[in-house]
Amino acid sequence: MHKSLKRYFPVFAFPTLAAFTIGFFIPFVMGIYLSFCKFTTVTDARFIGFGNYLKVFTDKTFLHSLWYTVAFTIVSVVFINVLAFAVAMLLTKGIKGTNLFRTVFFMPNLIGGIVLGYIWQLLLNGILAQYQKTLTYNSVYGFWGLVILMCWQQIGYMMIIYISGIQNIPGELIEAAKIDGAKPAQILFHVTIPMVMPSITICTFLTLTNGFKLFDQNLALTNGEPSRMSELLALNIFNTFYGRTGYEGVGQAKAVVFFLLVTIIAIIQIRLTRTKEVQQ
Amino acid sequence: MKKKLVSILLIAALTAAAAAGCGNRDNNENAADDKNTSNQENEAVDNDNGGEDDLIQEVSGSVYYLNFKPEQAQQWKDLAEEYSDETGIPVTIETAASGTYESTLKSEMAKSEAPTLFQVNGPAGLAAWKDYCYDLKDSAVYKNLKSDDFALISDDGQVQGVAYVIETYGLIYNKEILEDYCETNGAKIKDVSEINSFAKLKEVADDMQAKKDELEIKGVFASAGMDSSSDWRYKTHLANMPIYFEYQDDDLDTTDAIKGTYLDAYKNMWDLYITDSTVEPTMLSGMTGEDAAAEFSMGEAAFYQNGTWVYNDIAGNDVDDEDMGMLPIYIGVGDEQNQGLCTGSENYWCVNKNASQDDIDATLHFMEWVITSDRGRETFRDEMGFVTPFETFTEEYQPENPLVAAANEYIDSGKNSIPWVFSTIPSEGWKNGVGSALLEYAQGTGDWDAVKKAFIEGWESEYRAVNE
Repeated sequence: MHKSLKRYFPVFAFPTLAAFTIGFFIPFVMGIYLSFCKFTTVTDARFIGFGNYLKVFTDKTFLHSLWYTVAFTIVSVVFINVLAFAVAMLLTKGIKGTNLFRTVFFMPNLIGGIVLGYIWQLLLNGILAQYQKTLTYNSVYGFWGLVILMCWQQIGYMMIIYISGIQNIPGELIEAAKIDGAKPAQILFHVTIPMVMPSITICTFLTLTNGFKLFDQNLALTNGEPSRMSELLALNIFNTFYGRTGYEGVGQAKAVVFFLLVTIIAIIQIRLTRTKEVQQ
Repeated sequence: MKKKLVSILLIAALTAAAAAGCGNRDNNENAADDKNTSNQENEAVDNDNGGEDDLIQEVSGSVYYLNFKPEQAQQWKDLAEEYSDETGIPVTIETAASGTYESTLKSEMAKSEAPTLFQVNGPAGLAAWKDYCYDLKDSAVYKNLKSDDFALISDDGQVQGVAYVIETYGLIYNKEILEDYCETNGAKIKDVSEINSFAKLKEVADDMQAKKDELEIKGVFASAGMDSSSDWRYKTHLANMPIYFEYQDDDLDTTDAIKGTYLDAYKNMWDLYITDSTVEPTMLSGMTGEDAAAEFSMGEAAFYQNGTWVYNDIAGNDVDDEDMGMLPIYIGVGDEQNQGLCTGSENYWCVNKNASQDDIDATLHFMEWVITSDRGRETFRDEMGFVTPFETFTEEYQPENPLVAAANEYIDSGKNSIPWVFSTIPSEGWKNGVGSALLEYAQGTGDWDAVKKAFIEGWESEYRAVNE
């Protein structure tokens, strides 16, 4: 059995690896190379060294986007996870219609980001119109609009992960805690949360990287308006690449910086939450 | 040991995949070849059915046109099909989605099957693509141009781009509403023709705004939306005015540093647009181009700054064709009595010089066919509604469209057309900076100094950034 598995490994793994190489590995290596080049189309690049990277860090819009993205990510990670966990707790209590609620909460996740962005733009603009304002009036509106949108979209998904985590907690642990006289809050903080730590690791990882990489929703909801003040990093990179002749390389350099940033933060986050996980 | 084996296998598989990835290019070419063959098969069928043109022997290439105007996507496809039927030269038409032309072009040009015919929007757009432009000096499209003004010619005399459509913009107005206004008590004018300066326009607009309930309109000017579907009307087209008059004063065609001499006039006009408007200035950031077109076409606004291309969007609703007129955009500068509309082009054809000679020949032939054949000219006139700068488009090939008619009237009456100098704006970045500052000024979150800064300092820094 084991032997045949090994023998057929290339057969089964090859299609995926080929796709991975074409779809990820080659563009990635090419992207890093292009960040050191000046180019109009990706096939006629000219090597220029670190010039693009210098421009990245003197670009005020990039630094603004960086802080805006960090703020957005922190806020959305907290909101999404707390709310998703709360909903998951509610929907594991065995109340009537649990399955219906789970389905309904999960559904927003099935709609694409661009569509969601436009839907919420209409909804929020409709409300703000009462006060003679629009979503792009200033970047604070855009910020909270984006947070609401992301909560609506992602809470359902994270909820599913939390539900499976909560359901995996052995009933006797909670029972034992109850017999020992633990209050509900104590059960929550000392039994439930430590036991669902693996789910928390996954969910924070997903929401954190999603927050950093957010693009479609940002594009559809505010498109960075006003004055590129509600522009998240991914959109900033996109706009740099296509916005000005001769800045394609700078956009590419930003993308490399962005990749390093997200990787480092994700690794730190996983390390941190992993240490809190307990073995059953 | 086992782990090592697995990792060795992984690496092997990865390198194999990498090799496959590199080899993939051949596959692509094969696929492309297949596509061509199927095209040729189609031709063969066509040729069996109908008569064969001599051209098929002369030209063996194919044409790939990356079209800029989504509103004409289908018309181009139909036209290309007829051309292919007639000549046997395969033509592929792709259209970039609205607002994504540059990005689509960038990725398409990197492919082995790159567009042979593409567009730039003027000198600033050409800067990115000048190394890709085939010299059109000997082409039929260039020879048929009415004037060199409609070509992009480099310093060393290469014809890099040729305009194929001329458009005109100004203040589109609803004649019916203005006639109603002239009959109101204490109207400032007796006839629209009396509006011939900014002072008069403002006087009338302010009075009309005060009487908007009586006139049954929501505002004098359709909303000056600053959504990206509409903001170009102000950050680009309106900005054309102060830039043009400054160039006039200084006898320039383009500049690396703008002084902003007429920014006050720009401000006055912008103030007028946002005050005598259908909406509160705080709503502007979300108002779209469709909103403004709808307001005008439903008769809710009397004036609407836009151009001849917008006819299809505003026709067929509450405003009849004969009620549409166009006035020059008076900003209170220069010889206003003789000021005309703004006429120019933002659509230049360029031929990709990296394409094979066969493809280039085919492309040049296609362009020639479009502007000389009856079918091509009829499509331009009837379906696309283009006014072109080509001599082959004689009187009977002018489109019937009240906005074009209004534009022609101004030219015939000897008024001075204002060229589209906004094509010398250094970059999109400049426009966005000015647009954002205009919006913030309008909604009260910024002041006019920010517009000045974006206009003057932005020009200098963008010029430097693009030309270093």
